Amino acid sequence: MEKTYKIEVDCANCAEKMEDAAKKSEGVADATVSFMTQKMKVVFADGVDEKAVMKKVLKACRKVEPDCDIEL
Amino acid sequence: MTRKQKKVLFRIIISAILLVIVRLINPQGWLSLLYLIPYFVIGYDILRKAVLGIIHGEVFDENFLMAVATVGAIGLREFSEGVAVMLFYQIGELFQSYAVGKSRKNITALMDIRPDYANIEKEGELEQVSPDEVKVGQTIVVRPGEKIPLDGVIIEGNSTINTSALTGESVPRDALTGDEVISGCVNMTGLIKVRTNKEFGESTVSKILDLVENSSMKKSRSENFISRFAKVYTPAVCYGAVALAVLPPLVRMLFLNMEPAWGDWVFRALTFLVISCPCALVISIPLSFFGGIGAASKCGILVKGSNYLEALSNSGYIVFDKTGTLTEGVFRVKTVYAEDNAVGEDAAKTNAENYVLEIAALAESYSSHPISTSLREACANALDKERVAQVEEISGHGVTALVDGKEAAVGNAKLMKKLQIAYKECTEPGTIVYVALEQKYLGCILISDVIKEDAKEAINALKTVGIKKTIMLTGDNKAVAESVGKELGIDELHSELLPADKVTRVEELLNEKTEKDKLIFVGDGINDAPVLTRADIGIAMGALGSDAAIEAADVVLMDDDPVKIALAIKISRKCLRIVYQNIVFALAVKALCLILGALGIANMWIAIFADVGVMVIAVINATRTLYTNKLT
Repeated sequence: MEKTYKIEVDCANCAEKMEDAAKKSEGVADATVSFMTQKMKVVFADGVDEKAVMKKVLKACRKVEPDCDIEL
Repeated sequence: MTRKQKKVLFRIIISAILLVIVRLINPQGWLSLLYLIPYFVIGYDILRKAVLGIIHGEVFDENFLMAVATVGAIGLREFSEGVAVMLFYQIGELFQSYAVGKSRKNITALMDIRPDYANIEKEGELEQVSPDEVKVGQTIVVRPGEKIPLDGVIIEGNSTINTSALTGESVPRDALTGDEVISGCVNMTGLIKVRTNKEFGESTVSKILDLVENSSMKKSRSENFISRFAKVYTPAVCYGAVALAVLPPLVRMLFLNMEPAWGDWVFRALTFLVISCPCALVISIPLSFFGGIGAASKCGILVKGSNYLEALSNSGYIVFDKTGTLTEGVFRVKTVYAEDNAVGEDAAKTNAENYVLEIAALAESYSSHPISTSLREACANALDKERVAQVEEISGHGVTALVDGKEAAVGNAKLMKKLQIAYKECTEPGTIVYVALEQKYLGCILISDVIKEDAKEAINALKTVGIKKTIMLTGDNKAVAESVGKELGIDELHSELLPADKVTRVEELLNEKTEKDKLIFVGDGINDAPVLTRADIGIAMGALGSDAAIEAADVVLMDDDPVKIALAIKISRKCLRIVYQNIVFALAVKALCLILGALGIANMWIAIFADVGVMVIAVINATRTLYTNKLT
């Protein structure tokens, strides 16, 4: 299961941090953030509820970059 | 500018005015706290983020650096400097976000092939709907000047279409009733009605957009290097700053018997912090790759990831599949050899070659074999099937038939031997069709695949960009392979290969070469998916409209012009050159400023330049990747 989300982030370094945070979130198998296209691609682990996982991802990202946003 | 950017601009102006006013008042003593007004106007969000960062355990980010540096400066009673640093930091950030937004827009404009609407005819009137809503099999109307929104077949009208947005090819193509058209092309001259055969999401234009947009997700080694570097670099500089603030004063106090000069060293440490922000590096590299990918796609070269663009710049070996890449992949009559006595009295009007060709084409007129098709296409005269009777196909040999009541035999050497016809053997590379009439040998027709016009130029171009070896693989026989290889100047040939052999060959080549030199395989995307995936970089050619090729390859050439391979390599080299320039430039300036800062020579202003100035220069340099004019 793989999904792409639109994100809002201001600096490239912060995008890197969001990628790290998303990767470490529970239920996420892999994540990539493209600062240039302002998109986040998330590969979910098998059998997880993506909505619940994305909430955690957003929370984790807000922790590293308070200004960021993910369009869920 | 976005709303966010406008807000920051507004704050910058207000704060700058306030700063000037406070400077003019020049308050002394506790009134100096007036400086805090412009400071908070410009810096409140940075301070908030710095505090949140500390709460969340994210200590070493740039907000923290700026907060510490400016609060530190104010603590040292360097009020105007503290405010100015924050002010310039925000100006820099604003400029960065503006520049990045601008180049992002430029690049996406290059790739702007997304159709906004589709016209549907409803009760005699045209209605604009979103392309998403159009179903398969529905009829859409495309007026001149509009983008074709979905893939389909023209059911009414003739026009010419411009494919340059997809292929980079500026010569328009004819599109007649019954032709397939591809979404993303622009209809130029006539109104056409198109019956869609794919949904929008499955249409070519969506697939390509998807691919290009996702390409920046596949990160290159340089990008990964920088993000790893940034993770080590920021904390290292922070500890360095702490050491700079604490150690020298202690040494002075304890061992040198001097004044500790705390203020001086703390100030140097703060300068250190301002210089340290890794943003110039972190931003300019993905931006360069994004620009490179955008520039390539403008030329009709789709690169599916930054990693492939990076690999292209190191390409050393290039393996071609012959059919469809170096040659057209279609059989064509190359030459007709007629015997001197071939022309009978009843064919005196035409010349001998045409006569031989006509007999062959007539005899083969009922066959759908590619060779028969090529014979019919080459024959200038209209073929009247009424003239042919009693057609008999002899599998693996050819055809016998009655043409104008005379026994014709058209086929290979085996057929001639079988019918005991005395023929002259032809040894030229290609497929030979022998023609005989009433047991008399008339001549032979040489049919071969035609080498693409640009193929030789393409090979030469590859050699000038420094490709070490060109290799051609083909399933064809040795004679054909050698003649093509010789004409094009290919270094190494492997012929009579089955599809599986091609994979083995490529694997052997992969083992022979060094890790640094990348191996490119170029195919037409038909039947060579395994080899495309096996090679370091798989390039599929002429992929416009072929989903399988787009899936399997790493780099996709939308038209079938092999010269673009060298162009792709040039674009990638330029992009990588800019990436390295930026890395070296940013690191060198920062290192220099760090040293100057530690020695107390660089002040806050130099520090701000090292942070913001370097980043702005790096971003501007990165946008150079967009321009490919000099490369073609």
